[in-house]
Amino acid sequence: MFVRGLKRKCFDGEEDIEGTLAGIKAIPSYNLQRQSLLDMSLVKLQLCHMLVEPNLCRSVLIANTVRQIQEEMTQDGTWQMINTPSTGQASLDRLVSTDILCRSSREQAEGKHVPGYSTFNKDFEGDQAQDSSETMSTASSVQAPRNLQSNVWEMENPQENKGNFQKSLDQIFETLENKSPNSVEDLFSEVDNSYYDLDTMLTGMMSNTKMGHCDGLETFSSPTTTTSNSNCKSDLNELDHIVEILVES
Amino acid sequence: ADIISTVEFNYSGDLLATGDKGGRVVIFQREQENKSRPHSRGEYNVYSTFQSHEPEFDYLKSLEIEEKINKIRWLPQQNAAHFLLSTNDKTIKLWKISERDKRAEGYNLKDEDGRLRDPFRITALRVPVLKPMDLMVEASPRRIFANAHTYHINSISVNSDHETYLSADDLRINLWHLEITDRSFNIVDIKPANMEELTEVITAAEFHPHHCNVFVYSSSKGTIRLCDMRSSALCDRHSKFFEEPEDPSSRSFFSEIISSISDVKFSHSGQYMMTRDYLSVKVWDLNMENRPVETYQVHEYLRSKLCSLYENDCIFDKFECCWNGSDSAIMTGSYNNFFRMFDRNTRRDITLEASRESSKPRAILKPRKVCTGGKRKKDEISVDSLDFNKKILHTAWHPMENIIAVAATNNLYIFQDKIN
Repeated sequence: MFVRGLKRKCFDGEEDIEGTLAGIKAIPSYNLQRQSLLDMSLVKLQLCHMLVEPNLCRSVLIANTVRQIQEEMTQDGTWQMINTPSTGQASLDRLVSTDILCRSSREQAEGKHVPGYSTFNKDFEGDQAQDSSETMSTASSVQAPRNLQSNVWEMENPQENKGNFQKSLDQIFETLENKSPNSVEDLFSEVDNSYYDLDTMLTGMMSNTKMGHCDGLETFSSPTTTTSNSNCKSDLNELDHIVEILVES
Repeated sequence: ADIISTVEFNYSGDLLATGDKGGRVVIFQREQENKSRPHSRGEYNVYSTFQSHEPEFDYLKSLEIEEKINKIRWLPQQNAAHFLLSTNDKTIKLWKISERDKRAEGYNLKDEDGRLRDPFRITALRVPVLKPMDLMVEASPRRIFANAHTYHINSISVNSDHETYLSADDLRINLWHLEITDRSFNIVDIKPANMEELTEVITAAEFHPHHCNVFVYSSSKGTIRLCDMRSSALCDRHSKFFEEPEDPSSRSFFSEIISSISDVKFSHSGQYMMTRDYLSVKVWDLNMENRPVETYQVHEYLRSKLCSLYENDCIFDKFECCWNGSDSAIMTGSYNNFFRMFDRNTRRDITLEASRESSKPRAILKPRKVCTGGKRKKDEISVDSLDFNKKILHTAWHPMENIIAVAATNNLYIFQDKIN
């Protein structure tokens, strides 16, 4: 099921994930889509025009979207505020993320939710979209790959993003009163290529399927009630297997 | 040429003003009909050009203030001169545009070239005579209304009393008297005590065309509030509240953003008002607050692309809308240089394109169609081929005739009814 010849080293990046998951043609789950929208929104909030005041209407609308996602994630139980100390310097990142990875698999075994927060890599997104577009089917099989993905590679920079999120929401309006230039990190340097891929992935709109607008961020159907709990146990073996491969060195 | 940021006909329709991103105002005038060429109606030619606003720097906040003209509104004409209000993000200016076609000659104290004459050389007195000269159009700033807005001004609206006007920014609306520049009254303030609690902003405001005490303002949450200035000095409590209940089946994370109203316009009759949100135009009866009486889909095919449009920020584009003189038709812009017109009586709609390639002077515009799925017919354009950088945000309709002005980025197109 899994691609042979996996790089056997610490959890490093998206290449490993692609290799790992190539065998699993994953459909972008609702959580995944929601996550990417959240990330995109945070980036938008943080990118400020240095010289001209940012558009207040736009900022308010984006902030409301972020709040909406946050509320839903809180209801879902996928949002947890963890107050662990920061992960430290970059050199320790790999070790730490491995640790979290291992921990997550244990937590998974206990049936808990693991908070999901990730920096979404655009390239990965693009490939993911291509994979998903080829194997688009009904939403029933969404749950199985979702856990896999979200736990295996979502562990990068969890604290950083949470901190940024809080900071963004609290500060965006204050900065309008006392504008102080923020250090700008352009996480999405170009948004060109992903235009259609993102659409395909996030809206799930395919020419042959007659799903209308469902199955994507475009419709707010109540979040799938079959939470990860029910499929938890069934994925455990697979998850453990992957974790073994990635952690072993 | 700079990107056009506002277009407005005056009350007679003889003058058409445009403002651009560089702070310039260009006014076009309709030529008088020429009897020798009856088949060509009056064309619009440049009448006056002036620099209305300059870029400024706010030293307190270390921020630039853009010189882009956000709105122009004409005042009704009261004498030979024309007056208009133009505004950027922070400052509103009243401009007087006047013609000079005569010149006085034969002064006693100065020569023809303006040099003072030597008093000893003046031996006789004469009365200066007015001689015709080449027409000169002068624009001069008569009032500057500044320092009243902390946030960006999005609307100005002249009252039907012709003495006052309102200016609206994201959180406040101020009432001015045209003669008084150092004071304005705050009539709406929705700024929360704690800015972190801010969830809604004002997006547009307009005075009622006949009732000088009534105005409306729209919000980013898709609501419109009608206020009566007689009820209280601060109109924080609305008299009427217009909101369409949300359709739960089409709810998504983008629902609020696309419901944000980008423009609100009263009909000429004053019975209706029209609002533009991202995907549709809605006509409201002022007597019915719970839902619009008419809804027109501008580009429903974009609903499935909302995520991409959010990513590239197009979802925040603010489209304007306008009525025709008799309130029987409405017009608004879209992408790919398309604009849409809806006939309220026949319920027919048409999509036209404002571009050099598709319209030669005096040629009839061909209706365009966007293919939403399946096989693309000839002459149709598919949704994925639309150019989202070519957006028509500003359009204007002549107050009496079927002449329309369409601003496509930095080009202005003027179309009129075909004459038989």
